[in-house]
Amino acid sequence: MSRKPHKSANAPAQYGFETLAIHAGAQPEPITGARNTPIYQTTAYVFEDAEHAADLFNLQTFGFIYSRLTNPTVAVLEERVATLEGGRAAVCAASGHAAQFLAFFTLLEPGDEFLASTNLYGGSITQFGHSFKRLGWNCHFVDPSDPENFRKALTPKCKAIFIEVLANPGGVVVDLEAIAAIAKDAGIPLIVDNTIATPYLCRPMDWGADLIVHSTTKFLSGHGTSMGGALIESGKFDWAKDGKFPTMTEPDPAYHGLTFYETFGDFGFTMKARTVALRDFGPAMSPTNAFYTITGIETLPLRMDRHVANALKVAEFLDGHAAVKWVSYAGLKSSPYHQLAKKYLPKGAGSVFTFGLKGGYEAGIKLVETVNLFSHLANVGDTRSLILHPASTTHRQLTDEQRLAAGAGPDVIRLSIGLETVDDLFADLDQGMPKAGMSKAGMPKAGKK
Amino acid sequence: MSPKTPPQPAEEPLHYPDVLLRRILKEVRTIAMVGASANWVRPSNFAMKYLQGKGYRVIPVNPGQAGKKILGEMTYATLSDIPGRFDMVDVFRSSDAAGAIADDAIAIAAEKGIQVVWMQLGVRNDAAAVRLEKAGLIAIMNHCPKIEYGRLFGELCWSGVNTGLISSKRRKLAS
Repeated sequence: MSRKPHKSANAPAQYGFETLAIHAGAQPEPITGARNTPIYQTTAYVFEDAEHAADLFNLQTFGFIYSRLTNPTVAVLEERVATLEGGRAAVCAASGHAAQFLAFFTLLEPGDEFLASTNLYGGSITQFGHSFKRLGWNCHFVDPSDPENFRKALTPKCKAIFIEVLANPGGVVVDLEAIAAIAKDAGIPLIVDNTIATPYLCRPMDWGADLIVHSTTKFLSGHGTSMGGALIESGKFDWAKDGKFPTMTEPDPAYHGLTFYETFGDFGFTMKARTVALRDFGPAMSPTNAFYTITGIETLPLRMDRHVANALKVAEFLDGHAAVKWVSYAGLKSSPYHQLAKKYLPKGAGSVFTFGLKGGYEAGIKLVETVNLFSHLANVGDTRSLILHPASTTHRQLTDEQRLAAGAGPDVIRLSIGLETVDDLFADLDQGMPKAGMSKAGMPKAGKK
Repeated sequence: MSPKTPPQPAEEPLHYPDVLLRRILKEVRTIAMVGASANWVRPSNFAMKYLQGKGYRVIPVNPGQAGKKILGEMTYATLSDIPGRFDMVDVFRSSDAAGAIADDAIAIAAEKGIQVVWMQLGVRNDAAAVRLEKAGLIAIMNHCPKIEYGRLFGELCWSGVNTGLISSKRRKLAS
């Protein structure tokens, strides 16, 4: 065996994002050579013998048992998402909400607390504020506009901080690096929901995030076809440092006394989320949805470039429209979040944002109902452009104060800009605006940057 | 500090090229596992069983278990007590303890045919690694041969782990 020095030798191959979006996790299948990832539409996998079965159930060896835990198609998506986020490992789930559940079940015990930004998807605010409370997990909501607010809100029982970098319903960018530093000082993980930005626009782990969750239903899958979620771990968080995370560092009675961090090291959190939370609660992603999502991710860089280009043009069009009162898009120079967007989202501030009409609530409802290309529905990150009135839908279960804090007040309209011809989007919005305030911008803007 | 002895700061990330790890795992056949536990739920017992399943002979070294069998193999108190030759030492002990184990390995390397001293996940002793390399041995630290075997031979990806492997060739099956 050669004894040449090795440590300074070649670093891991540094492939570009576009290459990884196509290749990560997806080597040709070993038996047939199938180039595309097959849909392994199977519930279970035969064991070699009784001992192999026992080894698998004991986690003594790697392999497949049952598709609630692992599936070869889903595993390709998991490795791909982990790679694109710069993480060590990932576990997929049936939805983004399910991925959040897996994260918190793996972190928290009843009576524990965590901090979450007030600027979140409304469904997350409801999940954290109401449903998690019934499990004894107590969330304190924090205004993220000053990162120090998180430090002030910390309690001894706080086990995590949760934010969206580019927040839904739109236009708000949170100071990721500053909040990551506060989480690090407190010895707790920073969890980032990166759904709206995607790893193409922002990689939160590069700024200090420890865990990332996704609704893969949105831009990653990208075509409005497939539900899914993902939980990614950086592999850099020290779970053993001060005894705050016994679920990771003490023998687990749900696994014959196995200690996850010691046994699996930098992917121990993912192993525990999969083999305890996913096993026992069951929100597994289907292999078919994984396949559609894998295929979607292959064009993520191309789609995101067009999404953000169209979004900026539509935001500028609205900003110049006589019927529009305000536009909240961090890509606009006038946005208070423009500097943060330049730092964290240099390729573009996403394609989900909000605006309000001078005609207020009534004019907004009319626009939502009269558009012909924009689809009135509760989703984001489709190839199609989408429109929604958050106060009556996604943020419906919140109090008036919570809605205002989340940027979903009564006059707010949310857009998710798709990949259509941008002139057609201008025309569709313009025809639904109050006629009294005829467009001062008009069509000529279409050709502008 | 003498410039002749530049100890690496503990924070410096370790990186071993895949080609080196793959070669070690392909060429090594017999492994002495220092700190092998008789308790089936301990990580060392997991790793020993997995490596046995991949065709390696693993000889447990553990003074508390000397003379007893672990997973069918006789346990020895020290490396030098092992009667035959072995290619690699796998260290399941603390980073501090790894220094003396490395020195033991260096002392008997020629006689036993030891070529690699591999310190487990969480075990790192940079000074010992320098001594091993001076003696012509390969030192690997803070890695697990079970995890690296799974990563390089197509099993770890089944658990959603980022293997860092990109290829348009058919995935190679583990033995």
